[in-house]
Amino acid sequence: MGSGTWILALLVLHSVFDGIYGLEQEVNHRTERISGSAGDVLEDDPVGRLKVFVYELPSKYNKKILHKDPRCLNHMFAAEIYMHRFLLSSPVRTLNPEEADWFYAPVYTTCDLTPNGLPLPFKSPRMMRSAIELISTNWPFWNRTEGADHFFVVPHDFGACFHYQEEKAIDRGILQLLKRATLVQTFGQRNHVCLKDGSITIPPYAPPQKMQTHLIPPDTPRSIFVYFRGLFYDVGNDPEGGYYARGARASVWENFKNNPLFDISTDHPTTYYEDMQRAVFCLCPLGWAPWSPRLVEAVVFGCIPVVIADDIVLPFADAIPWEEIGVFVAEEDVPKLDTILTSIPIEVILRKQRLLANPSMKQAMLFPQPAQPGDAFHQILNGLARKLPHNEGVYLKPGQKILNWTAGPVGDLKPW
Amino acid sequence: MKQPEVQHPNRRACNATAFRTLPTAATALDGGGGAVAGDGAPLKPLSVFFSPAVYVLCCLLSAAAGFRFSRLLFLLLFSPAPPSSTLHLHRHHLHLLRQPPAAVLPSPPPPELPPPPPTAAASSRVVAGRHGIRVRPLPHPDPAEVARAHEILSRVQQEQRLQYGVKESRPILVVTPTYARTFQALHLTGLAHSLMLVPHPLTWLVVEAGGVSNETSALLARSRLPVIHLAFNEKMPVLWNDRHRFEARMRLHALGRVIRERRLDGIVVFADDSNIHSMELFDEIQKVEWVGALSVGILAHPAAPQTTSRRQERETEKNSPLPIQGPACNSSGQLIGWHTFDSLPSAKKAATTVGDGMTVVPTKLEWAGFVMNSRLLWKEAEGKPDWVRDLEEVGTSGEEVQSPLDMLKDASSVEPIGNCGKKVLLWWLRAEARYDSKFPARWVIDPPLEIVVPAKRTPWPEAPPDLPFKQMANDKSLGEKRVSKKGRSSRSKRSSRSKKKREPHADTRVSDLQEK
Repeated sequence: MGSGTWILALLVLHSVFDGIYGLEQEVNHRTERISGSAGDVLEDDPVGRLKVFVYELPSKYNKKILHKDPRCLNHMFAAEIYMHRFLLSSPVRTLNPEEADWFYAPVYTTCDLTPNGLPLPFKSPRMMRSAIELISTNWPFWNRTEGADHFFVVPHDFGACFHYQEEKAIDRGILQLLKRATLVQTFGQRNHVCLKDGSITIPPYAPPQKMQTHLIPPDTPRSIFVYFRGLFYDVGNDPEGGYYARGARASVWENFKNNPLFDISTDHPTTYYEDMQRAVFCLCPLGWAPWSPRLVEAVVFGCIPVVIADDIVLPFADAIPWEEIGVFVAEEDVPKLDTILTSIPIEVILRKQRLLANPSMKQAMLFPQPAQPGDAFHQILNGLARKLPHNEGVYLKPGQKILNWTAGPVGDLKPW
Repeated sequence: MKQPEVQHPNRRACNATAFRTLPTAATALDGGGGAVAGDGAPLKPLSVFFSPAVYVLCCLLSAAAGFRFSRLLFLLLFSPAPPSSTLHLHRHHLHLLRQPPAAVLPSPPPPELPPPPPTAAASSRVVAGRHGIRVRPLPHPDPAEVARAHEILSRVQQEQRLQYGVKESRPILVVTPTYARTFQALHLTGLAHSLMLVPHPLTWLVVEAGGVSNETSALLARSRLPVIHLAFNEKMPVLWNDRHRFEARMRLHALGRVIRERRLDGIVVFADDSNIHSMELFDEIQKVEWVGALSVGILAHPAAPQTTSRRQERETEKNSPLPIQGPACNSSGQLIGWHTFDSLPSAKKAATTVGDGMTVVPTKLEWAGFVMNSRLLWKEAEGKPDWVRDLEEVGTSGEEVQSPLDMLKDASSVEPIGNCGKKVLLWWLRAEARYDSKFPARWVIDPPLEIVVPAKRTPWPEAPPDLPFKQMANDKSLGEKRVSKKGRSSRSKRSSRSKKKREPHADTRVSDLQEK
């Protein structure tokens, strides 16, 4: 009767679900498909979905700077230069600004390097401001939207806050003139002044050819449990500890320096890339900024990244489900790191390794030259395409002004 | 004075209380208030602010407290009433360590600023500024966690092998000639451990010269591997040249008697008991179709270094890198010849008798450098190539079989493995004691030795701590109470025994050490 049919229906449903489950179990492939909150979008092709107009800025904003210091092509902020080159020859570029969805102004703000190779951000706000003044006077498109359909690549430590020290960066906040533009940056931390809504987080630049040359055979057994190479105390800038990495790296060192499962040191071995391929977990703790190229290296070499940075926003967070791929440890839980890592169930670890082995995952973290399908350039364009069509707030009514052109520190208003 | 001493250990309390008790400047340095840390005292500017006494007091405090503490102190005291925006966004969260008495690293004292107004952007938990370094009181690894970590590692490696390594493990047949002698336990245990680590199904064929003995059986049983223990009823010869030929006959015996007759399937590896094998060898040989050749590193060294002169040693070290036997390939990876061992230069220094202290040199091509598919040995097998001689014909009518190449009609079809011989997968070594040296049966001395010979010089200190040997000696009372001399007796037993081993002309002791 009624209950009988219910039981029958339940049995049928049960067997159906079992069947699906069984099918998934059989598929024991080497990799697994990756789909994030935006869906299975890693392999989308942006061509045809958006059009980008590249402003022809005078070479003092880009080529001359690069010419002065070619080291900018190899450091971890090189994404801004390679993105420019990619867009110049990409099929999404349009020479007709009337049909463009997005506008791009190539300004290399992170190319003023010290002799040691670290970028100085002190002139960057003035440079950006000068560029924006130029495009707003020579073309009508900036004033039409006050930059809301423009995007800029700002890969520096704290993005468009243009400072390497966090407290000062928070003080400055995002450059006023970029308040409405879309920022493509490496920095990402939730509820932080320097990450605005709608930004696209990208990985830092890591040289793809160099990593390719250090690949070892995949059947080399992974015998290191946890691997890390880098500073724990920044004795130059923070001798007592506690400021650098919010004390997290120092905590890792003090707790695990004698633990045989943790291969951690400040060494600079020549076999760094090879060692990562022999490790199961690679620590990616924050430094002065929460992001680091270690994440890219860990993904490329198949080592599960252990991210120790509270509230961090990882690259392409809507396309890549990072919680399923990496392990996230709160900074206050660092003393329990060994307990946390050894208590992860083995099936979860194997699944993470399968996800990492997915070639589209590795491709999405890299900036190869020439560009290849699925790489970080295409992910950026996909991200921009997902923000289309622009909503009504983007286009201003005639005479409406939102940006305050005189806000910010007085030093920024000087011409560049 | 008492005050400064009291002040020193209670420095934190003193600082915290100092500004509270400042109005009563006279009794300021009262170190009695213990738990004022964390007390959010109000920051009202004090009316007694600018009195010179206070000023002097503050100077003294700074001098005593040091720069950092005094800076913090003055920050708290003299910051303007509406705090600036910079201070607001910086809430100095100073997390106390979990168990303060066991804290490894000092952290600055934790006074808390008033919380920022809600209009500030810092609505996250994460704040910039100084943080404490968290250290747990006992940073030792927990053994259960270490065990779990190793389980994880072995599972990950197993998965790697499944995905990237050898897909189907072909069984391996290991052929080992051996005989009971002093160094047999050393060599055979090493080989047994290597074979126990091999992840493929394995059968161990052990051919023993002089018949099956308990020594060998005991060692093989400990390995818990599937073993076929064959007897070869002739005694192992004493001269090295004879011995090489004898071992070849033993191997052929195993091949014929067991593999051919029982039609065992697998890849035949010739593992001599004193050789050293790498684990990659057993993965690499899975690629062999019929006959494979690999590179063998030759560890030919003088058995007793003190007999060769210093000059000779230096010469040999300078001139000769490690000699390697194996296949030679051209640039396209095809076999064109063989690297063999040239025994002429060291002919004079070469050992002739086992254990005579000279360098032991191998034959031109050692058996260990070859592997073959067991089907080649069967009478009939499908797909068996025609460039292989039938096993029955090999070794008959006085033919001397020096290496597996003599079993083939055509040596050019041998497959070089190990990256065409560039990778050395095993090392050949012969290290033996004198052919007539004795050793205790199964390396167990039971009952303990009775005769005591005092040693002339002991390398050990006069009164060693309670050694387990001494305790054992205490347990097994032999009817002779030598309580006072026990320490020395056990020492002298050991030293005299070791001395006796080296001099075979020793007297009565030797008879006690006979094999039972």
